[in-house]
Amino acid sequence: MDFLNAVVALSNFVIIPAMAYGSQLALGALGVTLIYGILRFSNFAHGDTMAFGTMVVILFTWLFQSWGISLGPLPTALLAIPFGIAGTAALVLITDRGVYRFYRGQRAKPVVFVIVSIGVMFIYNGLTRLILGADDQRFTDGERFIINVRVFKELTGLEEGLGIKTTQGITLVTAVIVVIVLFWFLNRTRTGKSMRAYSDNEDLALLSGINPERVVVVTWIIVAALITVAGTLYGLDKSYKPFTYFQLLLPIFAAAIVGGLGSPVGAIAGGFVIAFSEVAITYAWKKVLGYALPEAWEPSSLVQLMATEYKFAVSFMILVVVLLFRPTGLFKGKSV
Amino acid sequence: MSHSLRTIVLFGAVGLLILGTGVLQGWDLALVILNMGLVSAIMSLGVNLQWGIAGLFNVGIMGFVALGGMAVVLTSVDPVDEAWAAGGIRAIFALVLGAATIAGAFQLWRRTRNRWVVALFILVGFIIYRMVRDPAVDAVEAVNPAGTGFLGGLGLPVVFAWIVGGLLAAGGAWIIGKTALGLRSDYLAIATLGISEIIIAIMKNEEWLTRGVKNVTGLPRPVPNEVDLQNDPGFVETAAGLGLDPTSASTLYVKLGYSLYFTAALIILLVLAQLALNSPWGRMMRAIRDNEVSARAMGKDVTFRHLQVFILGSAICGIAGAMMTTLDGLLTPTSYQPLRYTFLIWVMVIVGGSGNNLGAVLGGFLIWFLWVQVETVGPGFMTWVTSWLPADSDLRAHLLNSVQHMRLLTMGVILLVVLRFSPRGLLPER
Repeated sequence: MDFLNAVVALSNFVIIPAMAYGSQLALGALGVTLIYGILRFSNFAHGDTMAFGTMVVILFTWLFQSWGISLGPLPTALLAIPFGIAGTAALVLITDRGVYRFYRGQRAKPVVFVIVSIGVMFIYNGLTRLILGADDQRFTDGERFIINVRVFKELTGLEEGLGIKTTQGITLVTAVIVVIVLFWFLNRTRTGKSMRAYSDNEDLALLSGINPERVVVVTWIIVAALITVAGTLYGLDKSYKPFTYFQLLLPIFAAAIVGGLGSPVGAIAGGFVIAFSEVAITYAWKKVLGYALPEAWEPSSLVQLMATEYKFAVSFMILVVVLLFRPTGLFKGKSV
Repeated sequence: MSHSLRTIVLFGAVGLLILGTGVLQGWDLALVILNMGLVSAIMSLGVNLQWGIAGLFNVGIMGFVALGGMAVVLTSVDPVDEAWAAGGIRAIFALVLGAATIAGAFQLWRRTRNRWVVALFILVGFIIYRMVRDPAVDAVEAVNPAGTGFLGGLGLPVVFAWIVGGLLAAGGAWIIGKTALGLRSDYLAIATLGISEIIIAIMKNEEWLTRGVKNVTGLPRPVPNEVDLQNDPGFVETAAGLGLDPTSASTLYVKLGYSLYFTAALIILLVLAQLALNSPWGRMMRAIRDNEVSARAMGKDVTFRHLQVFILGSAICGIAGAMMTTLDGLLTPTSYQPLRYTFLIWVMVIVGGSGNNLGAVLGGFLIWFLWVQVETVGPGFMTWVTSWLPADSDLRAHLLNSVQHMRLLTMGVILLVVLRFSPRGLLPER
């Protein structure tokens, strides 16, 4: 019984939250990795693009709610996601046309792109705050739990309860669908193949008649989709605040780099590595250990390795360790 | 237009902007802009050293600025004796233990090259560290938590803290540089961004060190207090002689005092930076920046030089951070935001002209001026823009409410426009 309790507590507090967070990071990191592979720079505006996309979703959610449209037990935001993607895609395509294309024409160095993306970051940040403000926004509706802690306890008779939030379930399902579609697109379709060819060897791809501007446009649209979905899922699961999204830049980049920049599989693996370490290191293990260990060994302190506020330190330390021992990441990425 | 003429004209223009602010909007605001402009100029001087001269992409400026601010508390605040008695020595001992663990792990790695042994060593060291630290920290934080709850500082004069701020930032930069400088520019950027967030997290959480989010207020200052001046009959008389009431005269006097201190600091650092730039050392750094491979082939120790200039630039940012905290008179860890303290400094350097010290200083003043003025002029501008909307329209109210976010937008547009049309900045490198 104690062992079962330990497993349930572990799932409730570590595995399920980390799975949800990991999926969100993985989607974000896929965007970073695609931009890095195709456009060849680290996009600092990524977090703020995410904030913008989520903002559009929130606005449409409110519109639908005011019209009385809802998805029943599911959050209305799911309906608004396509509109959010469209809005974000429009924004990034306008940005690409107005800003990045000029530097592509000049064949500017990657670091110039990075500095340009800082300018874009300021603009997106300002736009989001101008339109929606800098405060917390909640836009979750529908059923809150798939499994309620209390119901679970009654059903199983265990001391520990297991709660699965609807948003966590949705996050996992959506992430799996998005990743399957993305990999199908990259590996099976003509456009996807041309994208991978362009990422592998730009000159060769140009020689074989691939239109670079088309590849870039498709990449931006995919990135807009990924980032909007990731942002919406994160916002549903936790809460929406532009500054938090800006700060997500760090774990997202860490995930992409740990997995190997330019490698989509690596981005997913990196997302989960970062999420699990963050949750595991900032979780107080007293409860789980109390069930799992014999009574005499029961810990007296919280057994929390680090305070929750240090979660950035966790992603950062993993990043440093990986960079020192495997500079190209877990899955061989590019090193330009 | 010749280079030096351009410099004089642009500096004159920024001077006129600040003077114009004084005439039109009051001298108080002008001095506020001038003082933070001086601090910003020093920060962008530090970043220019790293980016403009050595080509290092550091986006962790906020961390070094915050370390400077922490130095003010650690140096100039009076020590809290009860807290020291309660657990001060033990807390310091825990820090030493932590440092010894890390140093020992490095030595062990060098000797054995066995990652499991090193990992075990770090784990054991970490557990011992927590066992020593936690009770000590609890004891320190329990001492009068509403008033102090931290160890306090050394009680030294505050100007001394500026130097300590530089040293603290230099120490931080040494650690960061040792781990991250070998990485490519993008990785270095992410690494520095991460470290700056960690430094802020430490300042927010380690209450025994800097009181965390409870802030430290009433920091000592190098200039007299306004209230003391207002109670000083001699000062009131002089102010009346100049046709000023005592209150505004005292604030102006205090701000002018800060301006003098900061100007002196800026001039010293600027002269040093110019000497460095035009010395053989500066030529070497630029050679490394322009072509690392050939510089290495010429026998230059690129890794060491990068570390050196990274430490120097970060130290300057630390000094500026200490000055800023002195000016504010309080340390609020929550106020450190990367957009304001990292990326805005980058805008200053790029707009002013990277690689040119005078350009960086100009950018510091100009961008800070705009940053402040967009906020003061913004509401009026927005009222004008929205004047065609009906007075009770929601859209109008919303736009007027969120006008403070205009400045981020403005800075982004300025950065992009400068990068596009004048990529080398207002005062290009010679």
